[in-house]
Amino acid sequence: MWDYTDKVRDHFFNPHNVGEIEDADGVGEVGSLACGDALKLTFKLDKNGRIADARFKTFGCASAIASSSVLTDLIRGKTLEEALKVTNKDIAEELGGLPEQKMHCSVMGREALEAAIENYRSGGTRKHELEGHVVCTCFGVTDKEIERVVEENDLTTVEEVTNYCKAGGGCGGCHGEIERIIQRVQGARMARPHGAPAKRPAKLTNIQKIRLVEQTIDEQVRPALRAHGGNIELVDVIGDKVIVAFRGMCAQCRLTEFTMKDVVEAKLREFVSEELYVEEDADSAGEPHAHRE
Amino acid sequence: MKTIYLDNNATTQVADEVFEVMKPFLCELYGNPSSMHTFGGQVAHSIRTAREQVASLLGCDPSEIVFTSCGTESDNAAIKGALAAVPHKRKVITSRVEHPAVLSVCRDLEHHGYLVLEIGVDKDGRLHMDELRREADDNTALITIMYANNETGVVFPVEEIADLAAERDIVFHTDAVQAVGKIPLNLARTRIDMLSLSGHKLHAPKGVGAMFVRKGTRVSPFMLGGHQEGGRRAGTENVAGIVAIGKACELAATNIADENERVRRLRDRLEDAILATCPDCRVNGDRVNRLPNTTNISFEYIEGEAILLMLDRYGICASSGSACTSGSLEPSHVLRAMGVPFTAAHGSIRFSLSRYNTQDEMDFVAEKLPPVIHHLRELSPFVTK
Repeated sequence: MWDYTDKVRDHFFNPHNVGEIEDADGVGEVGSLACGDALKLTFKLDKNGRIADARFKTFGCASAIASSSVLTDLIRGKTLEEALKVTNKDIAEELGGLPEQKMHCSVMGREALEAAIENYRSGGTRKHELEGHVVCTCFGVTDKEIERVVEENDLTTVEEVTNYCKAGGGCGGCHGEIERIIQRVQGARMARPHGAPAKRPAKLTNIQKIRLVEQTIDEQVRPALRAHGGNIELVDVIGDKVIVAFRGMCAQCRLTEFTMKDVVEAKLREFVSEELYVEEDADSAGEPHAHRE
Repeated sequence: MKTIYLDNNATTQVADEVFEVMKPFLCELYGNPSSMHTFGGQVAHSIRTAREQVASLLGCDPSEIVFTSCGTESDNAAIKGALAAVPHKRKVITSRVEHPAVLSVCRDLEHHGYLVLEIGVDKDGRLHMDELRREADDNTALITIMYANNETGVVFPVEEIADLAAERDIVFHTDAVQAVGKIPLNLARTRIDMLSLSGHKLHAPKGVGAMFVRKGTRVSPFMLGGHQEGGRRAGTENVAGIVAIGKACELAATNIADENERVRRLRDRLEDAILATCPDCRVNGDRVNRLPNTTNISFEYIEGEAILLMLDRYGICASSGSACTSGSLEPSHVLRAMGVPFTAAHGSIRFSLSRYNTQDEMDFVAEKLPPVIHHLRELSPFVTK
């Protein structure tokens, strides 16, 4: 059971400002059913440009509902400039803290607020759009969002990033990229954590190369295939040719060609050697592919 | 506030009868069953009785029962032990909906050169048997597939799988932690090679489990040390726990037919009431081949943890397959394998009953739940009037 503060429980059981303002000045919608939480924030300004009313509707767990509730409390009476200064930390602090794994709920609150203000400033035309390129495809999180939570909350590990914005919480295929973002933002004071895949070495013996290919497939490729019910087997390495076989769902997938080129080869080139190329094992490729709905 | 405990697939109340028989072994009867003196020896006798009680519920020989510390240990010992005995075969087949006690072990095997295949399920949680038939080949060392699913209660055709494995000379292990005590088993009539069970799922305390190993099945011991359990599981016996699981199995054997009929009626009463009063909900899993005590219901547009916390205020205990309750970010791997849409998976609630539940409790839950669902839907941005 989660260790929620009394404040979280109170805002969950008796949420403030539930609902939707019909003729709202700004509307912000973030999250989705697939992601497991979503928030729709609406606000109305008074004649002095202060937030007179703010209401929310939230799909999600207790901490998501509580975060939305305190967010509406926090921004009422503020100008938009003042409201924009509200950070996810403010939301979490107002709740007396959130469990680490639930910090993304406070981030969702801040995102909805920004989306609503952006919507107002564009005269109601603009909806919230993703900025930057998507790093975590499982939860649709972009590099810009990851950079921001790392910066604002001084995050140093992939696990923390996952707690704060969900990125990396699905198949795990983007962990390498998240790590590079952390390093970029945090700069030199970030040492490379243990267990992370080694940087591409300059020169490899055959044995080193095969081991590194294996390690890369284990860490970088298999988890992503796993998430979709598939698997991969390393059959052989001959010179720069890496022979693999796809199993399970992957073997039947019409996207096999795409999976190979895009994921396996790219990862092997990134982590092992620029020269490598991938081929599917002739025997297993010829096997009849079972189909499922 | 009275507790209404509907989370019996997580753990169960220790039966009074079970507690009574185990108590002396925590107090005056503290002897070591391996000792040569009468004081210890009498304890060994009680372990023998417990072994017979477990065997009698399962329909096997007492010599085929090995006591362990829990269901997870049984699963680990069975899978690793069976593989160690056939080192030339390198393939393991399991399902996508196994409990982590099996799934994590199998996935770890991949790091040790095994090829692991996870058989999928259809939208009602039924195993793709044709896929299993196709994949079970000469290189397959082990098939490990659960008897009944902990989240949905769906029961797999394990006898058919056992036949299929036996014909191909593959060892078959089944994690029967959820099935034992809930549905009748007769191992003498099947070709199952190994089976795991857990004490605390059938009204014995936590900390004791057992493993069935059919005579003639080669298993390399997982825990090494003394000669306990015929050399198949070293370590001084958890005597009180073993006596308890024995008694619990005896109680289950005596009561299984009528109690489960009664539990099934209570479960159906609750399920029917919920389906009738809450719009936009669905039962997850095959309702025909299902444990009599389990129902898994999805409530669209709302999230499971929020439902559980609201129910908790009434003393109602249940569980959810939502992402938030697990601490991970994705909903239950079982519901995802079934292709349950995300909209429904996040809002799934499992009620699992036991013989200690009453009709009044079902009616209480059926009364308290609909307003909770309604309230949370009023908060949800996905519900439009």
